[in-house]
Amino acid sequence: MDEKSIYFDHAATTPVAPEVKEEMDPYFDKYFGNPSSLYSLAMDSSRAVTRAREKVADFLGADNEREIIFTSGGTESDNLAVKGTAMALKDKGKHIITSEIEHHAVLHTCQYLEDNLDFEVTYLPVDDEGFVDPQDLKKAIRPDTVLITIMMANNEIGTIQPIAKLGQIAHSNDIIFHTDAVQSVAKVPVDVDDLNVDLLSLSAHKFNGPKGIGALYVRQGTKLLPQMQGGAQEKKRRAGTENVPGIVGLRAALELNEKKERQEDIQRIIYLRDKIINKIEDNIDASILNGPRGDKRLPGNVNFCFRYIEGESMLLNLDMKGIAASSGSACTSGSLEPSHVLLALGRSHEVAHGSLRVSLNHSNTEKEVDYFLEELPKIVDKLRDMSPLYEG
Amino acid sequence: MYSDKVMEHFNNPRNVGEIENPDAVGEVGNPVCGDIMKLFLKIEDNIITDIKFKTFGCGAAVATSSMVTELAQGKDLESALEITNETVAEALDGLPSQKMHCSNLAAEALQEAIEDYRSAGDDTEESENQKGQETKKTVEAK
Repeated sequence: MDEKSIYFDHAATTPVAPEVKEEMDPYFDKYFGNPSSLYSLAMDSSRAVTRAREKVADFLGADNEREIIFTSGGTESDNLAVKGTAMALKDKGKHIITSEIEHHAVLHTCQYLEDNLDFEVTYLPVDDEGFVDPQDLKKAIRPDTVLITIMMANNEIGTIQPIAKLGQIAHSNDIIFHTDAVQSVAKVPVDVDDLNVDLLSLSAHKFNGPKGIGALYVRQGTKLLPQMQGGAQEKKRRAGTENVPGIVGLRAALELNEKKERQEDIQRIIYLRDKIINKIEDNIDASILNGPRGDKRLPGNVNFCFRYIEGESMLLNLDMKGIAASSGSACTSGSLEPSHVLLALGRSHEVAHGSLRVSLNHSNTEKEVDYFLEELPKIVDKLRDMSPLYEG
Repeated sequence: MYSDKVMEHFNNPRNVGEIENPDAVGEVGNPVCGDIMKLFLKIEDNIITDIKFKTFGCGAAVATSSMVTELAQGKDLESALEITNETVAEALDGLPSQKMHCSNLAAEALQEAIEDYRSAGDDTEESENQKGQETKKTVEAK
């Protein structure tokens, strides 16, 4: 089993599917026109953008394609949603509610508003499985609250929040509700009306589309201050020439994920996820599952802490076996702190350093999972033998 | 990210384990920052005759622990004290800059072990002297 290459990091990014790449290809050279121009070459680009916008709107259950803004990805969508609504509503109030386990694209944007524009932000805690308690949200609402932003599913631990309920609380208090659905789209049903959301972020490269393209859903009537000044693109809400090949790729990736066989294959991913969770719990002692079980967990997400060992060492050992995964240890976060998500669950620093995330997608096979389950206990044993914290 | 030498030491770390009844132990780091190194030394006539380590930490933490045991093995205590974190990093063909401070603690563990040995050495001599005197007294009383 040498020369193996197993990719278990689909929450980080996914490869562009061949059929998606093929659809994008003519828009790099054959149909290269600027959609804002008038001649017929530009019409091809312009039509492709419109078709994509309609597809995104349809996929999300939006009433109107005008509610879709194309962006450069999840981070820009989150920035536009949070800064755009906060700045548009600042005269009404300067209080925002979010959670402690948001992606940094939301967390750091909220901190930016606190530091530079005198907003106040409430960071809701989560329980030991990563859930926000709707009662906590109700209690945090103030007369000057203008925005609530809570992610749909967590990128590290896969917890799927009760968004419909949280959105309902926001709306019954006349507060704008945004959700970062970057990890959810094409994995679990996402319908903006069912979810009671006003703004929703998504990113194509998480579901076999290209990098550098995403979208923000903005419910009609939602006030939004543009964050990019320039031309009149995207109905003056996001200046800049459209990334036409990317937009075509986003559309093609959504169509790919809508296919019946792809939808049905999610059950197989859930089976593989649960096989990994159960086998790890059976075979590796002092292993702690992060996040919930069952249908409140993203289909492809597995996240464990292995006590007495450190995450980067695990990743390096897995890489030597040809397996690509990720960790929330300090070494992989680029700071001295381990994952803020794991700390918010109540894990100690020492335990949080020993985390491992596996994220599966349609390309993964049971054979790959079995190979991983065979190699992982050996790696954990090897590192524990080396650890001064481990007493046999 | 890591040099071949770091990866080589990480994959095949030298001198992993504990020494029974060590003459000196040095421990640095803490679980909060994610790196703990523990060094065990056997010392005879001022020479490090055996050295082993146990480490909780990242690739750099393991590789620097392994390297420091190689550098210190067979050295007298004065030369061993001259090994610095920089010496260890150089011997590994360098470390990524973000690892220089958080995961390059092996030389400090070695220095701590030697200091531990020297102060414990003083204690042992004292207590042995005391014991000797007590024995003498007992003998005299008889």
